[in-house]
Amino acid sequence: MTVPLRRAVLIAALAWHCAGAAAQQPVRPQPLKSGLEFTGPEVRELQQDDFANPGMLWITRGENLWQEAAGREGKSCAACHGDAKTTMKGVAVRYPRIDAGSARLINLEGRIQQCRERRQQAEPLKYESPELLALSAYVAQQSRGMPVSAIIDWQNRHNFEAGRAMYNRRMGQMNLSCAQCHQDNWGKKLGPETISQGHSVAYPIYRLEWQTMGSLHRRFRSCLSGVRAELLPQGSPEFLDLELYLAWRAGGLPVETPGVRR
Amino acid sequence: MTARIQVTPNPKRGDVIEIRIAIQHPMETGFRLDDGGRAIPKNVVNKLVCRYNNVEIFRAEMGSGIAANPFLDFFTVAEASGELVFDWVDDQGQTGSERVALTVTG
Repeated sequence: MTVPLRRAVLIAALAWHCAGAAAQQPVRPQPLKSGLEFTGPEVRELQQDDFANPGMLWITRGENLWQEAAGREGKSCAACHGDAKTTMKGVAVRYPRIDAGSARLINLEGRIQQCRERRQQAEPLKYESPELLALSAYVAQQSRGMPVSAIIDWQNRHNFEAGRAMYNRRMGQMNLSCAQCHQDNWGKKLGPETISQGHSVAYPIYRLEWQTMGSLHRRFRSCLSGVRAELLPQGSPEFLDLELYLAWRAGGLPVETPGVRR
Repeated sequence: MTARIQVTPNPKRGDVIEIRIAIQHPMETGFRLDDGGRAIPKNVVNKLVCRYNNVEIFRAEMGSGIAANPFLDFFTVAEASGELVFDWVDDQGQTGSERVALTVTG
């Protein structure tokens, strides 16, 4: 083989290898930036003031619910778990995770729903209900400042891959994927808004647009409606897979719950 | 209705103290329509009163221009130890009440 030909083959092989690697390797934005860095100073101030932050009202509600007995068992969350300030510290950073019983992916909201149904024998809390938002915000807040650390292993690998595929899949009438905005074009403008990296570390969040607290899955639905795609129900398996992918993608960022965003 | 109250800690007699209250309430304006196109009736916290040892020191009358989860911030002079009592009512007649003890030194 002549030298130029050999070089051409080498370059071609290298290019093929890189293209393959790009398609196979999941990517994180560099450097990782919380959504807080894309909001204005007023919103940042509101989130950081532990009294003025409207999300703290849900935290207070959650704290009260934690102590309240419910269901046929007449047990409160505190009856088994004790003081959430110590027992729930660092719990939220590991979700979503595989539930040992059902071998399915479950998020923090799902775990609270499950605990309520099975252990307390109480009426299940509806997804996005004020009570579930309050409890999940209260539990997540106990991990505030701790880095998100979802571990991808053989158990949840297929969920992770499904979530990643959804993240990169074009959808809706606008034919846009999550990645086209939040991976490829973060930091640029979309109308008056700066596109964030789309991290999931501050949920449930208080959105000024919603005028209330909302879960990550509600936010997913807003984005899906933005690209005019089919809206999936909150708590659906597709959303859980996506949530796992986002947890991996935000790995290392500190939990901010309760977050405030526009 | 959940509410949070914050008062300047450890005031001396004669000090100006800051009182902050946040109330969890949707403050429905009455201008919105639901998914079926029907008007959602107005429901806002229309009156809030704060009493300091049974003396009214602050009153707010609110309307549909106030955002959800109203947050009020006002000042008073710490005169004696006692209690701050907040009472409020919304358009549906739901009432809320919260009290906080105040210890004044000097």
